[in-house]
Amino acid sequence: MSLPENPDPLVLYGTSFPSRLLLGTAQYPSPEVLRQAVEVSGPSFLTVSLRRQAAGHNETGGQAFWDLLSTLKIPFLPNTAGCHTPEEVWTTAQMAREVFETPWIKLELIGDDYTLQPDTLEMVGVAERLLKDGFKVLPYCTEDLVLCRRLVDIGCEAIMPWAAPIGTGRGALNPYALRLLRERLTVPMLIDAGIGRPSHACEVMEWGFDGVLLNTAVAKAADPIRLAGAFKKAIEAGREAFLGGAMTQRETAAASTPILGTPFWHQNPS
Amino acid sequence: MEITINQTPFKLPQGASIAEAIEIFGAEPPYAIALNLTFVHRQRYGETFLTQGDALEIVQPVAGG
Repeated sequence: MSLPENPDPLVLYGTSFPSRLLLGTAQYPSPEVLRQAVEVSGPSFLTVSLRRQAAGHNETGGQAFWDLLSTLKIPFLPNTAGCHTPEEVWTTAQMAREVFETPWIKLELIGDDYTLQPDTLEMVGVAERLLKDGFKVLPYCTEDLVLCRRLVDIGCEAIMPWAAPIGTGRGALNPYALRLLRERLTVPMLIDAGIGRPSHACEVMEWGFDGVLLNTAVAKAADPIRLAGAFKKAIEAGREAFLGGAMTQRETAAASTPILGTPFWHQNPS
Repeated sequence: MEITINQTPFKLPQGASIAEAIEIFGAEPPYAIALNLTFVHRQRYGETFLTQGDALEIVQPVAGG
């Protein structure tokens, strides 16, 4: 039986994806927990990385990890995590394209080791170089409007601003800037990094963001499989709320039950 | 001649290719290669020759976020 087509797919670089969740593959208690988290949440991408090969068996890398990835049948989104210069990004991206056989790349260019903040001054140039070489670039960036606009100007068809520093789980630290960014740019925007709870994910989806990339929030949960399912539902709920148009907040109370016909109205001494 | 593979010193015959270095290192696929921070396509392993002091990086898939 084939599944019905999703009427509201995530569209990135002209390709439709059924889910608005992208899931990282690191830090799970075991490969089996990762497998089940993927099964429960049904992400559109799995983020993966490259590291030096060493002698000996390594469960997080090499052949064992490759075999697990192959069974999951989810598109790969390789990252350039750990790169501190444009040249490192350029080389890592090319190696990732060859190993994972995909043009998709999550551009990570770190500018500060303490916060893992992206290098906002250097990333536009290397993003442009990657795009010209045929990569489909998803840049991990800050919520800086001008940076994001430059990335779009040079051809990024989607961008991935952070909610908070990687691994902090604090949710959106700068709601004003993120909501303004959403208003000002029309390209798909995925929130990448800093989400800790399903409510955080739901909130940014309510603001109109197009998807969420998670790793630590699932992998480091007490029960990663359950949280994977919770995030899936939260992202879907947030998207539905955005499309449905949530009500505008009011400063004062307004009774929802009709006033007209209220028994005893104005009959009691006050 | 001496080169480094993943920052470990290796002694290779003079003029050895990347293909020979991979064999000596015992790399297991899948992997990708960079020589002195420049990506080398897998089709060029046999025709890319190493020189004293070269730095070879052999990377493999790992979990990532």
